[in-house]
Order: sequence, then structure tokens, then C-alpha cells
Amino acid sequence: MSSLERDIEELEEAASSEYERRRVPEKALKGPSAFWGMYAGEHTAGTEFMIGPLFVKWGADAFSLIVGLLIGNLLAVLTWRYLTATIACEQRLTLYYKMEKIAGRGLVTLYNLANGLLFCFLAGSMITVSATAVGPFFPPGTIEMPTFQSTMPTGPAWIISCIAIGVAMTLVALKGYGVVAQVGHYAAPWMFLVFVACALVTLGRLGTADVWALLTPPAGTPKTISFLGIVFFSWFCNAAMHIGMADLSVLRFAKKPSAGWASASGMFLGHYVAWICAALLLIYWVRQHGVDPQVGKDPGTMVNDAVGWAGLICVIIAGWTTANPTIYRAGLAFQGMIPGISRTGATLLAGGLCIAAGIFPAFAMNLLDFVGIYGTILAPIGGIIVVDHFLADAVGIPRDPAERSGSAFNMVVLVAWLVPVAVAMWLYKTQGVFASFLPLPCAIACGLLYIVLSKLAARDAIAVRA
Amino acid sequence: MKAAATSVGLLALGGTIVPPAVFMLQSISGGPGSTPALSLDVVKTVMFVSTIAWFVAAPFWMKVE
Repeated sequence: MSSLERDIEELEEAASSEYERRRVPEKALKGPSAFWGMYAGEHTAGTEFMIGPLFVKWGADAFSLIVGLLIGNLLAVLTWRYLTATIACEQRLTLYYKMEKIAGRGLVTLYNLANGLLFCFLAGSMITVSATAVGPFFPPGTIEMPTFQSTMPTGPAWIISCIAIGVAMTLVALKGYGVVAQVGHYAAPWMFLVFVACALVTLGRLGTADVWALLTPPAGTPKTISFLGIVFFSWFCNAAMHIGMADLSVLRFAKKPSAGWASASGMFLGHYVAWICAALLLIYWVRQHGVDPQVGKDPGTMVNDAVGWAGLICVIIAGWTTANPTIYRAGLAFQGMIPGISRTGATLLAGGLCIAAGIFPAFAMNLLDFVGIYGTILAPIGGIIVVDHFLADAVGIPRDPAERSGSAFNMVVLVAWLVPVAVAMWLYKTQGVFASFLPLPCAIACGLLYIVLSKLAARDAIAVRA
Repeated sequence: MKAAATSVGLLALGGTIVPPAVFMLQSISGGPGSTPALSLDVVKTVMFVSTIAWFVAAPFWMKVE
């Protein structure tokens, strides 16, 4: 290679250092430590302070929490390892670019809109949680804190807190994946210990180490989530990331598919230990201060009461380390949607939407339902990618059909995606089916429909040519 | 430099988890209504100092590939 060619390659690389529209080259691959730290940081998040107490609100029993969460998180790790990481390391493309090859640019625009908006709402709920940690730094009453029943902003001081935290998160997300991984990497071990410290102090104050007894709701507590509900919630609360393949954008940097095991750090530290620790915080307030579990208590106040300023910093950073990759992903989604927009512009757009969503506590306070709906809408696309990657040759349909045909809008993908999602939304709205039960059947139905419709479309094309 | 950062980092992690553990053990072993020798205010102060120490030491200690 001539020096000129090398210079051109370096310039192209500098212009696209995140490899959004090309395979990640060998030299940009990252070892497993980046992923263990990132997953631990991302899933030991501010929202864990919300989900644990929400389980208490929903009357979850001790067996469901201790055994159900174990099973659900194990299933999530296996999904990451054997589906997402395998495809990511073989394709080495972002979800959006892979989708463009299958569905065409026009349909990816539609998908990116849904994806980017849902990511923004999720990151917004993380901003909400982090903002509850600002209140205890000021005299009581300065910032009115939201409860489980809050849907609207509680006042100007609340709005200013959300904006300040959201701007800081967006600025870090602007720095790209490397900085995002670093922040999560540094904070993860300390953050996890603060969650555990909250639980230890709470157990001390309650005068018992019998976690099983503490997690058992008092007789007569209405139970609105079952054992299976807990299993499916923990399996599919990140459905968009694993079965929905959003983490192709992250795991494409992995040297080997075994990097998928790194998700275990997030699942078992964040979605197991941290959820139970956070649940104990609300149990203390219910037992000692008579707080109604249906109303709850904001995470900032509970954590400050248990472990002080270290806890408040943890709530802010825990939200931050999760919101960063989420804003980054949303930025990638918008970049895929708007031709010509820079990654900086796309990330700023995503950050602005996240801040707007964070100001409204409704998203954070209905997180158990929201993550299920979010997975139900986005996971089916993963079903199509799984079919394209593993089954296309076996069932006799083309791989990357839109790229082959030059199509900008693959109707087969649109129908295969929207029909199962429409049925699922109907079941959720009219039949009261728990949202976390829906992503798996939706993804399977979408994959099967994609095969059937692709075959029908191919048969029609042959008939027309004949 | 890395050795010093490692030592500070490990002490910081210890300062984050050991005081709450001691507080819990003292509270439970003392029985209902007892006051643990290690007060919660001291636990909170040690944890806060440890937090600052952690974020100073971690970038020198932990390398991201």
C-alpha cells in the first residue's frame, strides 16, 4: 500500500471512527474487559433503584424474587451469548446497517424512529432517577420529589435538576463508545458495593439478616406480579438489546463471541443483587416509617438516608453510566434515520429528547410496563435478523434481500414486524397481558412470518417472470 | 504510580463496604433497640471519603482495552 493510500485510509477512519457503515476492522476490536465493565456499569443503573421498590409495590414474594430473578437473568445471559454476540462477531455491523441490508433504507428509517424514541424514553427515566439524588443536597422542600403516582413534573426546581443532569449525560455520550465504556468501567465496582452497602445498613437498622422474611410481603398484600412474571421480566427487560439485537452495535467490537458472557456481570450484579438491595430500601421505609408501598419513596431520599452522600453520588452516576450508552445508541438510531447528520448532531438530538422525557416522572414510575412494551416493539426485528443469519440458506430465502435487490423498502419485513406487534399491543391493552410476556412470542412470530412471506414473495416474482 | 493507585483503590473499595458491614453486624448482634458502636454518621463519612478516593485512583489503576 502506498503512503498516499495509507493517508486516505487514515483520513477515512478519522472521519468515521465508530465504523457506523462498515465492518469493524481487526485493529479496532476490544478485549473482554471493556465489555465486563460496560455491562456491569450499564445494568447496575439508576433505574435499579426504581425497579426493586416497584417489585415491592407489585407484591412480589421472596421465592419469586430470589429464584425467579436467578432463572430469568440466566436466560438473558444465554440469549446475549448465543444469539447477539454470535451474530455480532460474524457480521461486525451496527444493528441499523444490518437492518438496512435486510429491510432497505426506507424501512430502517421507520424502525430507527421507533428505536430512537424508545431509547430516549428509557434514558429519560434514568435521568428522572438521577434527578431524585439532587434534592437531598438542598434544604428540605426546595425540590419536590416524585412518587410512584407522579406523572407530571413536580415543579421548576425539578425541571432544572433534570436538565442539568441530562446535559452532563449527553456531553459524555458525545465522546463516543470509548469514553462511555471507560465511565462504566471505573464506576462499576464501587457502584455495586454502594448498592450492597445500602442493603447492609438497611438490614442493620431492621435488626435482622433474614432477607427471605423481609422480602415476604405482609399477609393481604395485593399480588400483581407472579413467579413467571418475574422470570420473564428479568429475561426480557433488555429484550431490545439481546433478542432485539440492539447490542450488535456494541458487541461488534468484541474479539470473540464469548464476550457475550460479559452480560452476566450486568445481570447478576445489577439485575439480581442490586434489585434486591433496592427492594430492601423501600421495605425499610414501609416498616419503619409507614410509607405506603403503592406511593413509594424517591430513590434519592432513601439512599441518602441509608448511606449519605456516597449513595447520592451513586444514584447520579448509576443513572449516568446507563443513560450514556442508551443516548449513544439513540444517536446511532437517529444518524441512521437522517441522511447527512453528524454523530454529534444525532447525539445532541437524542440527548434533548431524553431530557424532555426525564422531566416527566411517568416513564420511570411505570418502568415495569414500559420496558415490556419497549421490548415487544423492538425485539421482533431481532427475530428477522436471526432468520437472516442462521436460517436463510436452510429455508431457501435470500440473505440481505434489500441489498441484493436494491430495494429501499422491504414490505415483507414491515408486515412481518407490524402484525405480531399489533396483536401483542391488543393483548396488552384489552386483555391485560403483562407486557414482559409479549417480546418472545412476538419475535418468534415475526421470524416465522418473515420466512413465509419471503417465500411467497419469491414465488410471486418467479410467476411474474414466467 | 500504578501500585499506589491500586492500594488507594483497594482501600477505597474496603472503605465503601466494610463500615456498612460492621454497622449491620453490630446492630444485629446487639439486639433490638441497641446502638451500634460504629454510628451511621461515621459509616456515611467513611463511605464518602472512600468514594472520592476511588474516583481519584480508578483511572490510574483500571485500564480499559
